[in-house]
Amino acid sequence: MIIIQNINKKFSKLEVLKNVDLTCNKGECIALIGPNGCGKTTLIKAVLGMVLPDNGTIHFNEKSISNEYLYRNDIGYMPQIGRYPDTMTIGQIIEMIKIIRNSNEALDEDLIKAFELEKMFDKQMRTLSGGTTQKVSATIAFLFNPEVLILDEPTAGLDPLASEILKEKIIKEKEKGKLILITSHLLSELDDLVTEIIFMQDGEVHFHKKVATLLEETNESKISKAIASVLKQKKPETQNPKLETIS
Amino acid sequence: MNRIIKIILSDILKNKIVLAYTLILAILSWGSFSLEDNSSKGILTILNVILFTVPLVSILFATIYLYNSSEFIELLLSQPIKRVKIWMSLFIGLSSSMVISFFVGAGIPLLIFAPTAIGLMMLLVGSLITIVFVALAFLSSIITRDKAKGIGIAIMTWLYFALLFDGIVLFLLFQFSEYPIENAMVGITAFSPIDLARIQILLQLDVSAMMGYTGAIFKDFFGTSLGLFLSFLLLCLWAIIPYFISLWKFKNKDL
Amino acid sequence: MKTINYILFLCFFSFVVNGQKIEVGATKKIKSIKGAIALAKPGDTILVHKGTYKEGNIIIDKKIILLGKDYPVLDGQKKFEILSIKADSVVIRGLKLIRSSYASMEDPAAIKIYSHNYILIENNILDDNFFGIYIQNGQNCIIKNNVLKAYGKEEQKLGNGIHCWKSNDIQIIGNNIQGHRDGIYFEFVYDSVIWRNSSQNNIRYGLHFMFSHNDSYITNTFRNNGAGVAVMYSKEVKMINNKFDENWGQSAYGILLKELNDGYILGNQFIKNTTAIYMEGSNRMKFENNLFQENGWAMVVQASCDDNVIVNNNFIGNTFDMGTNGSLVLNNFDSNYWDKYEGYDLDKNGFGDVPYHPLSLFAVLAESNPSTMLLYRSFMITLLDKSEKVLPSITPDNFIDNKPLMKSLPI
Repeated sequence: MIIIQNINKKFSKLEVLKNVDLTCNKGECIALIGPNGCGKTTLIKAVLGMVLPDNGTIHFNEKSISNEYLYRNDIGYMPQIGRYPDTMTIGQIIEMIKIIRNSNEALDEDLIKAFELEKMFDKQMRTLSGGTTQKVSATIAFLFNPEVLILDEPTAGLDPLASEILKEKIIKEKEKGKLILITSHLLSELDDLVTEIIFMQDGEVHFHKKVATLLEETNESKISKAIASVLKQKKPETQNPKLETIS
Repeated sequence: MNRIIKIILSDILKNKIVLAYTLILAILSWGSFSLEDNSSKGILTILNVILFTVPLVSILFATIYLYNSSEFIELLLSQPIKRVKIWMSLFIGLSSSMVISFFVGAGIPLLIFAPTAIGLMMLLVGSLITIVFVALAFLSSIITRDKAKGIGIAIMTWLYFALLFDGIVLFLLFQFSEYPIENAMVGITAFSPIDLARIQILLQLDVSAMMGYTGAIFKDFFGTSLGLFLSFLLLCLWAIIPYFISLWKFKNKDL
Repeated sequence: MKTINYILFLCFFSFVVNGQKIEVGATKKIKSIKGAIALAKPGDTILVHKGTYKEGNIIIDKKIILLGKDYPVLDGQKKFEILSIKADSVVIRGLKLIRSSYASMEDPAAIKIYSHNYILIENNILDDNFFGIYIQNGQNCIIKNNVLKAYGKEEQKLGNGIHCWKSNDIQIIGNNIQGHRDGIYFEFVYDSVIWRNSSQNNIRYGLHFMFSHNDSYITNTFRNNGAGVAVMYSKEVKMINNKFDENWGQSAYGILLKELNDGYILGNQFIKNTTAIYMEGSNRMKFENNLFQENGWAMVVQASCDDNVIVNNNFIGNTFDMGTNGSLVLNNFDSNYWDKYEGYDLDKNGFGDVPYHPLSLFAVLAESNPSTMLLYRSFMITLLDKSEKVLPSITPDNFIDNKPLMKSLPI
C-alpha cells in the first residue's frame, strides 16, 4: 500500500534519512521504533508530504505522491504534539476539519463519544491540557474512516483509561484490515497491537520484521524484551551508546 | 479554497490586534476629519497613516500571524489540501482582513468627508499598500524559521521603505544635483511601493505644486494615464512578486 | 463721468436727433457695407442685416454707428483686417467678425482703432481672428460685452484678444476672451479700468500689463491661462476682487509681479495655481483680505522685494505658503490666517501667542533643488520639517508672522 524507495533527506548537513526502503501493506499494524532523533517523525512526514525528500520515491496505492495531495484523503494522521489555532474551540476544530475534508461518507465518531469530548466542545484549544489535545488529535485521525492510520506517539500524555480506549480503537480498526503505522517509545504498549516492527537508527532502517518472526528468533514472549535482546547482540558491533535508552 | 479562506478570515477578524488596529484608524480619521471644517487636515492624517502605520501594521501583524499559525498550517498539510491552496488562502485571508480593517477604520470616514478623487485614490492606494506589505510579510516569514529573526526582517523591511529609502533618494538628489537626474529619479521611485503610493496621492493632493518646477516632469510621467497605469501595475507587482517567491519557497519547504 | 456723459450724448445724437438710417442687406437696396459707408454722412446709422459679408478691409473714416441685426457675419477670409476705424466717435455694435488676416509685422485685427477717440465697441462676437480688438493710441474708448475666441496652438500664430497700446481712459467691461495669445494686453495705458471680464484658456497670459500706471482691474476672472497674469513695470495698479484660478505650469502664476510699485491688492481669490503670486523687485505693495487656497506656492517673494505689507489674508490648503530665494526679509507678514499654524492662544485675543514661520524647510530645499519635490510628504521630509520648525537653522528666522490669526477671516 505504501512503498518507500531509497529515500534520502538532509536538513542542512544533518542526514536524517539514509536510503530508506520500506513496504507497508494493507492489514498490517506496524510499529516504527528507534531512539530519539532517528528519523521516525521525518519518515512519517515524508509519507504525508510535509517533508519533501531529497531523492527517492514514495508510492501510495501504486501512485507517486510527489505533487499529489488527494491521497491524503485516505490517511488519518495523529501528530506527536498536536498544535491547533489557540482561539478555536474543540467543536470548531472538528467542524473545520469536516468542512475541509468535505466528505460525504459516514463519520466515525466513536472516539468523540468514548473520550466524552462533546462536553468540552466549547473549550478553546489553548486552555486544554496536553492529554485532551491528544484526544482531539486522535479523534480527528479516526474521524473519516481512513484506510491508513499514521499515529505518532499516540499514547504519550494520555491517562491510562484514555490510552486503553485508544488501543481498543486501534485494534478494532486493524481488524477491519486497515494499515496502521505507529511510532512509540513505550514498547510494552505495543504487544497486543502490532504485527510488524520497523527499527530505525541514525536515519537507517535497521530491520523490518514480523513480530512473530522476531519473537521466535529471540525466544522471547514480549516485544520489549525481544528488541532488547536484539540490541544486545548488536551492541558489540555497533558501539552505539544511545541504545541504552531504549526500554 | 473558499472554505479555508472563510476559516482564516473569521479567525483573523476575531483577533484583538486587528480590532484595535481598526479602532485606532477610526479614531484617528474621525478625529482629524471632525476637528476642522475643511477636510485637508483629515486627508493629511490619513496620508500619514497610509505611508506609515498601514505598512507597519500590515507587515508586522501578517508576519506574526504566519509564525503563530504554523501549527494550523501543519494541521492543514496533513489534510488532503494542496500546498498552493493553503498559502493562497492564508494570503487572501490575511490581506483581505487587513484591507477590511483599513476600509472600516479609514475608508468610511474618507468616503464620508472627502468623497472626491483624492479620497478614492487614497482608499485604493491604501488597500494596495496593505496587500503589498502583507506579501512582503509572507516573504520575510518564509525566509527564516526563527520567529524573532522573521519579525526582525519584517521591521527592517518596513524601516527601509518608510524611511531609509527616502533618505538615500534625498542623498542622491543632492549628490547629483548638477546632473539631469529627474528622469532617473522617477525610475527610482519604482523601487519603493510607499513612494509609488505617495506620489500618486501627491498628484491628486498637491496638483498645483506638482504642475510647477520639475514637478511637471513627475506630472508628465505619473499624471498621464500611462504613468497611472504603470505605477499601479508596479504596485501590483510589488504584491505579486514577493508573494510568488514566498509561494515557491513554501512549496519546497519541510514542515 | 465724462465718458458716461459722452455715451448719453451719443445715444441722443443717434436716435433722437435723427441722423439718417441706411440699411444694408441682400434684399435691400444697398448690398455692401462699403457702399453704405460711402453714402453715409457723419452721424448716420448703418444697419446691417443678417448675412455674410466678404468685403475685405472696411475702413470707417466717418463718425457713424455701425449696427448689426441678428449678428451679420463679416468675414476677413484670413486675408484682410476687417474693420479699421479711422474716425472719432464711432460705434460698432452687434456684429460677428470672423477670420481676420494674419501678419507678423502689422498686427491686423478684427477691429482696429487707429489713433482716434471716443469709440464704443459693444456686443460683438469675434471668432477665429488674429488680434481681436486693437486700440492703438486711443482715448476714452469703451470695449463692452464682446465675446472673443481664437483657436491657435502656437504663440506666434496668435494675436491678443483686446490689445491696448499707448492709450488712456479706456474701459474694458464684461468681455469674455478665450484662446488668444494674451487675453487682455496693456502697454503704456494709463488711467484705465478693466472690469468684470473673463479671460481664460489663453495661450500666454490672461492679462498682460506693462508700463501702465494708475489702472485698476476689478472683479475679473482669469482661469487656466498658459502663464496666468503678468503685471510688470507699472505703478499704482489696483487689483480688487479678481479671481485667479487653475493657472498651472512650470512658469504659470496667478499673478506675476515684476517691478511693480505702490500697488494695492485687495480681496482677490487665488485658487489652485502653481504659484499664486510671484514677486520680483516690487516695493511698497499692500496685500489685504485675499484668499490663497490650494495653490502650490501661495506667495513667492524674492529677496529683491521690500516694504511690502501682507496683512489679513487667508492661507488655506496650500502646498507651500511661502517661497523665497534669499535670506533677507524686509516685508511684513503679520496678522494673517495660516491653516498650517499649530500654535495656541492663551490670552484669547484672537492672535496666536507664538510666531508662525510661513517658510518651511522643504520649500527652501525645493527652491535650491526642485527635484526634491519627489520626496514631498514623505515621512522623512515631515520629520525634517518638524525639527526645523522647532529649531530654525536653514530658513531665515525673520520670515515670520508675529501675530498669526487663530481663525480664518470671512473672505
